[in-house]
Amino acid sequence: MKGLIVERAGPLALIQDGGRFGVRHLGVTQGGAADWVSLGWANWLLGNAPQAPGVEITVGGLTLYAEAPATLALTGADLGATLDDEPLVPGCRFTIAAGQRLAFESPRAGLRAYLAFPGGLDATPVLGSVASTVRESLGGLDGQGRVLTEGDCLTWSGGAGPERTLPSGVGTLPGDGERVTLALVGGAQIADFSGTSVFEAFNTAWTIDQRTDRMGVRLTGPELHYQGEGMVSEGIPLGAVQVPADGQPIILLNDRQTIGGYPRLGALTPLACARLAQCQPGTEVWLTPVAAGQARDVHLRQLACWR
Amino acid sequence: MSDPSIETVGMDSLIVRLFDNIDEENMPWMLAADRALREAFGEALIDLVPSYTTLLVHYDIQRLDLQAARARVSEALKGLTPATSGEGQRHVIPVWYDVSVGPELERIAERLGGSQEDVIARHCARDYSVFALGFAPGYAFMGRLDDALATPRLKTPRQKVAAGSVAIAERQTAVYPTLSPGGWNIVGRTAVALFGRDREGYSLFRPGDKVRFEAISREAFIEQGGDPTPLAERGDTPTEAQA
Repeated sequence: MKGLIVERAGPLALIQDGGRFGVRHLGVTQGGAADWVSLGWANWLLGNAPQAPGVEITVGGLTLYAEAPATLALTGADLGATLDDEPLVPGCRFTIAAGQRLAFESPRAGLRAYLAFPGGLDATPVLGSVASTVRESLGGLDGQGRVLTEGDCLTWSGGAGPERTLPSGVGTLPGDGERVTLALVGGAQIADFSGTSVFEAFNTAWTIDQRTDRMGVRLTGPELHYQGEGMVSEGIPLGAVQVPADGQPIILLNDRQTIGGYPRLGALTPLACARLAQCQPGTEVWLTPVAAGQARDVHLRQLACWR
Repeated sequence: MSDPSIETVGMDSLIVRLFDNIDEENMPWMLAADRALREAFGEALIDLVPSYTTLLVHYDIQRLDLQAARARVSEALKGLTPATSGEGQRHVIPVWYDVSVGPELERIAERLGGSQEDVIARHCARDYSVFALGFAPGYAFMGRLDDALATPRLKTPRQKVAAGSVAIAERQTAVYPTLSPGGWNIVGRTAVALFGRDREGYSLFRPGDKVRFEAISREAFIEQGGDPTPLAERGDTPTEAQA
């Protein structure tokens, strides 16, 4: 079967979809595209279901060689993508001819690019999803969760829908000049933090630490003080803002552990998590409180864009 | 059970808190709540994650808003009665206890002031409740352990703990389903597969199950398909592993 061949794998290119659900009580993590909004728009450009399987390219370093022509869509981070050395700006649908090469270099803005395929990439779901979770050896091309590797062949079975272009205002990345605000639904143990800490949480420019991956993102800033008692481990939602003993928050993302015992301020909204997934280390971010109902309204509006 | 509390923890998730402390007596209530919540939410449930004293309800916001989700939880918990003791599955797990595959047998025996045989006898002497699954697919936190066996986690977690390794930390015990990093004390190894994508329900253990360990010989372990390769020495590099 002809498709796109991985000529150069780069550090971290993964097959992702919307994630693995219904199995978290077995200790299986959620997985899925860290910036699910960008994956959603890439799929929308081709007329696919919003979370159809695509490739999440973190940082860059990937080269794909086309054995057959294809219509693809690229969204998310600007990783200096080129099509046969011609620059390819993310946020577009494009065609690749047989014999052409699609290459990703290094981040100019954002961290993760998303590549969508007509009808979604071919991969066999494991526990209901093709999401690659390396730590758990689940999903991906081989079902064992491994990262894309030189020689892998990406294939698809569907066709691209009618031509589409992204609505204006879609696809902005942190670093485009505006302050990055991340909406946080307060809850969990927030009442057991000192008043000063709660104030500081929402009135500080937090810096994204180097230690950031698909499990979680560390923020550095003022030390937050939890005054409650030691906790028994409990289930962790996406975006949970946990505060370990050093007082520096960790925001838990798609590949987080399913349960944990650190106190939490609440959780970022899934939209804020998608935004966070594009923040390079060193980026300043602000946490801003939002009510669950309001967050839901905004979230449903995002989903409605893809209907 | 005290009055359960329903706590907002995110845009689409609630924590239902039934208890404050870890206790085997919680489990019949936790099982009952798990079942009642699954029934009450039906299609609107995305994930339900029970853990010791709480259940995380991740619901579909396309079907429910916060108020409706809270109402469903309240409705589900009304008149809740604990599950009968026969409801979780019972498992007997054969274990080859030996220092070659369970180096901390020595350390725990020393703390106990007894022999390795004493450690093994005590570890096999009771049924453990599965409190929660987490850390890795199929990794079951079980307890409570005989107080005399309670041992803190290793200071430096191992980079590689073999699949099937039987482990102890504080007053809990567990079995590593697959090769992974880990900081628990290892006392033996089982040939039983704990997690498989082709297994019905994927995981052998479920919250609320009861597990008993049974000591077997090296020969029996190998006959069951066990891999007797000794566990590598302690790793030097700390990892992020919490288990």
